[in-house]
Amino acid sequence: MKQGIFTIQSNEALTSTVYKMVLVGDASAITSSGQFVNILLDGLFLRRPISVNDCRDRGHGHELTLIYKVVGKGTEKMAAMSAGGKLDVLIGLGNGYDLTPAGDRPLLIGGGVGVPPLYMLAKKLIEQGAVPTVILGFNTKDEIFCEEDFKALGCRTLVTTVDGSYGVKGFVTNAMEGLDYTYFYTCGPEPMLKAVYRASTTSGQFSFEERMGCGFGACMGCSCKTVTGYKRICKEGPVLVKEEILWEK
Amino acid sequence: MGEIMRNTKVTLCGIEMDNPIIPASGTFGFGYEFAELYDINCLGTFSFKGTTKDPRFGNPTPRIAECYAGMINAVGLQNPGVDKVISDELPKLAKCFHKPVMANVSGFAVEDYAYTCERLDKEEQVGWLEVNVSCPNVHGGGMSFGTSPEAAAEVTAAVKRVTSKPVIIKLSPNVTDIVSIAKACEAAGADGISLINTMLGMRINLNTRKPVIANKMGGFSGPAIFPVAVRMVYQVAHAVSIPVVGMGGVSTAEDVVEMMLAGATAVEVGAANLVNPFACRDIVADLPRVMEKYRIESLSEIIGQA
Repeated sequence: MKQGIFTIQSNEALTSTVYKMVLVGDASAITSSGQFVNILLDGLFLRRPISVNDCRDRGHGHELTLIYKVVGKGTEKMAAMSAGGKLDVLIGLGNGYDLTPAGDRPLLIGGGVGVPPLYMLAKKLIEQGAVPTVILGFNTKDEIFCEEDFKALGCRTLVTTVDGSYGVKGFVTNAMEGLDYTYFYTCGPEPMLKAVYRASTTSGQFSFEERMGCGFGACMGCSCKTVTGYKRICKEGPVLVKEEILWEK
Repeated sequence: MGEIMRNTKVTLCGIEMDNPIIPASGTFGFGYEFAELYDINCLGTFSFKGTTKDPRFGNPTPRIAECYAGMINAVGLQNPGVDKVISDELPKLAKCFHKPVMANVSGFAVEDYAYTCERLDKEEQVGWLEVNVSCPNVHGGGMSFGTSPEAAAEVTAAVKRVTSKPVIIKLSPNVTDIVSIAKACEAAGADGISLINTMLGMRINLNTRKPVIANKMGGFSGPAIFPVAVRMVYQVAHAVSIPVVGMGGVSTAEDVVEMMLAGATAVEVGAANLVNPFACRDIVADLPRVMEKYRIESLSEIIGQA
């Protein structure tokens, strides 16, 4: 983990509620896909955890891309920011995805605002020679984002919408039926994660969301129970492997 | 040039500290996570995560809610239990922190407190025992011992019987007369008083129309409670003759000086660590500047001057 001041390079709407913010600064503390950053915002006490969509080394610094949905006061403030603004960010938080068990045909399953971290994961998997298939789940056509990004990477990309206005009608699990894959990675709302857990035919990794205090393991605000003991979503998570998950709540 | 050496040293219950800054229990784990970020030996000491006789997972999530200038937590004393703290956490801590540490202890019965303190009494690294009779987030223990003078005195006496280390009783602000409780602890043999723990608070989500926190209520901390903490530290420090450790919303070196003027010998910093992991290091580094600004040569001289 590192603390850094980042400059906003761009901040644009992708849909009516989802925004893409590109930050410039030293993001060298980001060591794997699936990690997150924690952003300090004027007038709000706690930082806001946001998953990392992409991180590119530009030689003189990094371009850090965050895709976030406006869901409350923090993300409302972020959406109102413009290029040139500065942000105090803790970076390189959480364990991130482990690429070693992926095999040559991993499946990536994202739902809604759980889609963004899978982009950097897909890039890393392609770098190590895998051919990922991607399923992106949304409620309706107007909410779709990132589809073109995955296609540009060369991934076979399936989109599902609950109302059938685009792609496969139904949930991500409808698109999973009959697919052949070596391993899977997923991020999305908890009901979707549970459905993927039941529908999946291999082992895989799940990225969880929880309300956090600090985001770096100090406060125990985001603990969960797992087969292998208590884990902090912010520190030993947010990524848990299928075999250690306990769905109690 | 007439440069004055600024002396930040204080003595808390017979143990000298390089400065009065203490990260508060529950905001600093067992230290080693912060040791990855900076050399935590710059601190006066720190109070480690509240430890109980048995392991505890704590409360269901969500455990955190945001407020204006603060936050509510209902973690519920998650900790691995005193056996694991001694076997696993303290050896890890010993590698990165070379000063006496403050052991924070909680319980659900008087015997629990005594058992845990007796175990920690044998640990050389432990300088002080900070006995928490004020956790608002557990049922049938914690705060219930800190809301009556008799119960607080009973815990104090039980702990004093099993340890020769200084015993600091950590008090709750969620009482009608904190002074009477502090005096009862002093009479029962307490070597110091620390205050304030969090204030009982609550937030409700307008979308779900339900409490934000699974446990419904939790402990409110952060800069918003600082004036309440200063007031209570002032009241208690003027009523007892044992040292007082002040805490509650402290975020800056100026806040530290204000707490000490109110009567605090040392000062704990809590919620600020969760927003800025370098908060305590920054406060320690900033103390000489603030001392110069307010013409303070030695911090120990200003204790209780208000």
